[in-house]
Amino acid sequence: MEAVLESIKINKYFRKPVLFHVLKDISFKINKGEFASIMGKSGCGKSTLLYILSTMDTDYDGKLLLNNELVTGQSRQKLSYLRNKHIGFVFQFHYLLSEFSVLENVMLPAKKLAEISLSEIEHNAMEKLKILHIDHLAKKRASRISGGEKQRVAIARALINNPSIIMGDEPTGNLDSHNSDNVFNIFKQLSDEQGLSLLVVTHDEDFAKRTDRIIQMGDGEIINKSN
Amino acid sequence: MINWKVILNIAKTHLLSKIKQTATAALGVTFGIGAYITLVCFMTGLNGMLDDLILNQTPHIHIYNEIEPSKKQPVSLYKEFENSFNIIHSIKPKLTQKKIHNALPIIHHLNKDDNVQGAIPQIKATIFYISGSIEIGGYLTGIKPLDEAKLFNMQDYIVKGSPEALHNTDNGILLGIEIAKKMALDVGDRVQISTITGEVFPLKIVGLYQSGIADIDAIQSFANLKTVQRILGEAENYVTDINVKLYNINKALPLSKKIEQQFNIKAIDINTANAQFETGTTIRNLITYAVSITLLIVAGFGIYNILNMLIYEKMNDIAILKATGFSGIDVQLIFMSQAMIIGIVGGLLGLLIGLGLASFIGTIPFQTEALPTVGTYPINLNPWFFVIGITFALISTFFAGYLPSRKAKKIDPVKIIRGQ
Repeated sequence: MEAVLESIKINKYFRKPVLFHVLKDISFKINKGEFASIMGKSGCGKSTLLYILSTMDTDYDGKLLLNNELVTGQSRQKLSYLRNKHIGFVFQFHYLLSEFSVLENVMLPAKKLAEISLSEIEHNAMEKLKILHIDHLAKKRASRISGGEKQRVAIARALINNPSIIMGDEPTGNLDSHNSDNVFNIFKQLSDEQGLSLLVVTHDEDFAKRTDRIIQMGDGEIINKSN
Repeated sequence: MINWKVILNIAKTHLLSKIKQTATAALGVTFGIGAYITLVCFMTGLNGMLDDLILNQTPHIHIYNEIEPSKKQPVSLYKEFENSFNIIHSIKPKLTQKKIHNALPIIHHLNKDDNVQGAIPQIKATIFYISGSIEIGGYLTGIKPLDEAKLFNMQDYIVKGSPEALHNTDNGILLGIEIAKKMALDVGDRVQISTITGEVFPLKIVGLYQSGIADIDAIQSFANLKTVQRILGEAENYVTDINVKLYNINKALPLSKKIEQQFNIKAIDINTANAQFETGTTIRNLITYAVSITLLIVAGFGIYNILNMLIYEKMNDIAILKATGFSGIDVQLIFMSQAMIIGIVGGLLGLLIGLGLASFIGTIPFQTEALPTVGTYPINLNPWFFVIGITFALISTFFAGYLPSRKAKKIDPVKIIRGQ
């Protein structure tokens, strides 16, 4: 199986307020088409790991490979480009640009990438919204829709550039069980039907159990890599 | 790679969604620039008027025969006393003629000089105005009215009549307005003048002269050059003063020195004669610019403040933009372009408001005895002020935007996202 994301001996320290070894020799792979979840107690470093994997946090030791390409040590400009093209992100809080319409929110990363024309971007964005059954909200302001809808818009935005992997930081943490189910089903569907790779940090055990693979973390170490 | 369309679109949305804040920031610039334009147009207009008051009337170089003692006294020519220390008491000025020797060739020579706009002769004569048995002392200056009008804006100081009327009337006189008041005379009346030697001439009043300085208006009158020559009983080459106007006022000093050497005559340049006026202009300009720059800096701080607040409000947006692939520079450009849009819109509005206010001031009546031909406040609508105004608006908004936007560039998205 081909690896989408690979971490080799990643170590991270928090220097303030006291030196603290957060992540200890983290090495694992996410294969293409895999739906993996990272579980662990609060403070075990799972979010910290995710932000390193997302290339946003560059302050670590070790190596990170995305599509078998070394990411560690690249310039910030290059990292922004990689994030834009290869990584889709879904957060616990919905983080939409509240003054823009739903459609504009979804289109923004593609506009930044600017590989296809504006009309194609708009078409693609509508397609993604349709897949998530929220195409009727396209023209609404992002601040005027419900929490569950917001999360689906965020997923549509994560999908817009057809990324290699989608990362989620507690994407269901702020949703009720109905919406949680909904989001899980969307992820599952994307994984099954479109062969998308997903890596989701969660402490929702029900959610994790239904994924292909659970990476269990504790005290900055991976306890168990497979299920 | 910078995608300006996306960046400007985000900037536009930010600005429009906070239209009140945007308007406040833009209005800060508008008032700053508007006040600058108004102030600078008004002040330089006044400056220009005050300068003209002196510059237009005053010749750049004034050539005349000075009455002064000889620099070389006879004793210094005497060989026997060559190496001794001579003290001479009560030196008297040298007896010289009032007229300029070879005046007409000098005028001819000066008019051929490339730096000279014109050199015109004058005759200054001391006379008495006679009203019944009363004699009032005064000066009659013989001029070439049309040349005076052309070079020294004589017409601006003629409140009734015209230089042409004087030119066309052989025995005409342009009477100082205070004298006319004293003697209850008006245009069309006749006035008798007498020379120092006692000869009396009747002259026809063709106009009234008002310099704005009452003391001068109470003694000074003008007549044609030839008329004065006839009154004094002098020949046609009798000229006591030559007034020179140059194209470039800065050449006045070297040229006056050259004339003094060449013709052995007194030549005074305008800067030596009116040293204080240059200082006044400089200081007024300094005040104008100090006030204007203060206004613009205050406007700049307004923008800085508002952008700073905007960036705090938009922390989440910045984090999300960065997480979805916008680089730090993209984010910085988003906020920079907001500042620049505020600067451009505010600045242009400011130019318009400044233009409107300055034009309005230019219509307010402003009448003063000192300036007979000025009817409204003087305004100097120099296009350069507008160029400077908009440039300063852009520069100040650039810096006001640069500092907060650099902060936005450096924001770590992980901290914001995890901080929730």
